[in-house]
Amino acid sequence: MISMTQGPTRREVLRAIGMMAGTAVLYQAMEVLGHARETQFAGPPNLQGARPGTRVVVLGAGLAGMLAAYELAKAGYAVQILEYNNRPGGRNWSLYGGDTYTELGGATQKVGFAPGNYLNPGPWRIPYHHRALLHYCKAFGVALEPFIQMNQQALVHSSRAFGGKPMRYRELHADWDGNVAELLSKAIDNRGLDTVMTKEDADRLRLALRDWGALDKDFKYGRNYRSSRRRGFDRPQGGGVLGEPIPSEPHAFKDILDSGIWRIVAQHMSIDHQHAMFQPVGGMGMIGRGFAKQVEGKIRYNQKVTAISQQGGKVTVTHSDTGTGVTSTTEADYCVCTIPLSVLSQIDVDCNPAMDEAIRAVPYSNSVKVGLEFKRRFWEEDEAIYGGISFTDREIAMISYPSGRLHSDGPAVILGAYTFGPASYKFAGMTPEERIARALEQGSVFHPGRYKEEYIGGATVAWSRSPFTLGCCAMWNEDTRKQHYQTLCAVDNRLVLAGEHASYVGCWMEGAILSSLDAITRLHKRALEA
Amino acid sequence: MRVVLILAAVLAATPALAQTPAKAPPAPHPGAEIYQNVCQACHMANAGGGEGAGRIPALAKNGALAAATYPILVVTGGKGAMPWFRGSLTDTQIADVINYVRSNFGNRYKDKVTAAMVAEQGIAAPRGGMGER
Repeated sequence: MISMTQGPTRREVLRAIGMMAGTAVLYQAMEVLGHARETQFAGPPNLQGARPGTRVVVLGAGLAGMLAAYELAKAGYAVQILEYNNRPGGRNWSLYGGDTYTELGGATQKVGFAPGNYLNPGPWRIPYHHRALLHYCKAFGVALEPFIQMNQQALVHSSRAFGGKPMRYRELHADWDGNVAELLSKAIDNRGLDTVMTKEDADRLRLALRDWGALDKDFKYGRNYRSSRRRGFDRPQGGGVLGEPIPSEPHAFKDILDSGIWRIVAQHMSIDHQHAMFQPVGGMGMIGRGFAKQVEGKIRYNQKVTAISQQGGKVTVTHSDTGTGVTSTTEADYCVCTIPLSVLSQIDVDCNPAMDEAIRAVPYSNSVKVGLEFKRRFWEEDEAIYGGISFTDREIAMISYPSGRLHSDGPAVILGAYTFGPASYKFAGMTPEERIARALEQGSVFHPGRYKEEYIGGATVAWSRSPFTLGCCAMWNEDTRKQHYQTLCAVDNRLVLAGEHASYVGCWMEGAILSSLDAITRLHKRALEA
Repeated sequence: MRVVLILAAVLAATPALAQTPAKAPPAPHPGAEIYQNVCQACHMANAGGGEGAGRIPALAKNGALAAATYPILVVTGGKGAMPWFRGSLTDTQIADVINYVRSNFGNRYKDKVTAAMVAEQGIAAPRGGMGER
């Protein structure tokens, strides 16, 4: 680490490194200084001593709802869950072969994946620091395996660089670091950092840059053994007569700049994407199933909630069966409502006007995913890509190779599109068949001659057309946080809301879990004080 | 499933919007492509909406569109689950797509919305912007 005893402040040095070398170096430096933060989890709530006979109705059998039911039942409450879908998990969900999914608008897909293959329409990876979710996965016997987020062997495609030819992440990243290190060491040679650091520290930084960027003894990044140990050789190291490796030529820095590689490097450095990451063995939906086992017999499926009343010293929930249309009511002393705000804002909720306003104030984002099944793992067999993500500036944004069952034979499913923003609206507006065809077309840039040729079938979920959420996740901004967040989280008489929308870990399962634990802890306190 | 919505690029994602085909006899309505690339993600290609745990309103034969101010307020400011589109679509695009919906899908409203009306009556994009970062 750079000495901070005199000269520039730590912030100034960090800023200087950040400006010259991009966020990557800055982030590395911050990490060493211990400034990177994790999410909050102090252990399970260990609620106890519910008044005998006290009933709680939980709306929604997603992770927030099922966890609330589990912990409240453990504390002694009589718990009933009402769920709109015919399955547990909510957005925690995997589509397997044999599954049928009908989106809003009526388009129905029958998924034809081979046994064991799946698409995770919603969550698909778990950061190592999502301690609450990890805790309950272990407690509930949900087996996890590594999720491979970053793969240097994967590809990066930009329509603006290398004539549209995808390049190895490894080469681009190595060349980015190497060139930046060389430039920065030049800046030191030219006394460009004299105003921000001492000569002594500048010398140390210069030497550090040589290591970090794989520069040669003259502080140049070029075609040699050192750089090729990062970016790969033209002829790899081997045995015997032709064992000697032939170094590769780095790309021109202009092309590296055009490729936008720093954005992808920075993405991998986000605390949400750092290794280790996990996924459940057999699909993300295994978490929902694992949670459901803990609340077995407590979930009533196919129930569409139409009203929540708090009149008469109790909670009365009106709901209708989506199959039979029969309307019924469920009474309880308290209610934990995990229904997404996109849906809840359309339900007659008996709460104070400020909470009603909060429920209506938060719009929902959109996202579209497409899963593509191929006859074999040609990305592994032909290209040595084991898991990880290839990125593109096309609408599909990325393709992700399966992290599970690596090095196996038989069909496998690639995440063939994970669209955001405008592209997600465009994709969602298509029929499922059109989305799959577009994903296949755009993704074929990475694996021409294989992608379309070895394709078997696909599945897709457009969250804006999801019947149970009408969107992907709650979209807060600074203003709405200030105006509505605390109101939304507060216990309103006998009602408390929970879910990713009532957290600052928005759109992650961890947010749903932390929100749920906080909500039931406060509700329990309220119930004991009543 | 972290998703960051960057609507600011809606315009960039639909480059053809800016051009009007020179010859094609019945020139497509300028709002049609905006509708297809944005609105029909939820409201459906036939503007019929949908119903699940909640409802996406049909825009087809929709009496609420009679007063042009209403769709201006909804598109610029959002409503419930629907995000606002002020700042991601231009006022002209918003006017175009409103005019398109109000004159198609069984809607026959004769009066036209202009960009000036959107500018005057529309809700400003939140100061906090679209996201939190």
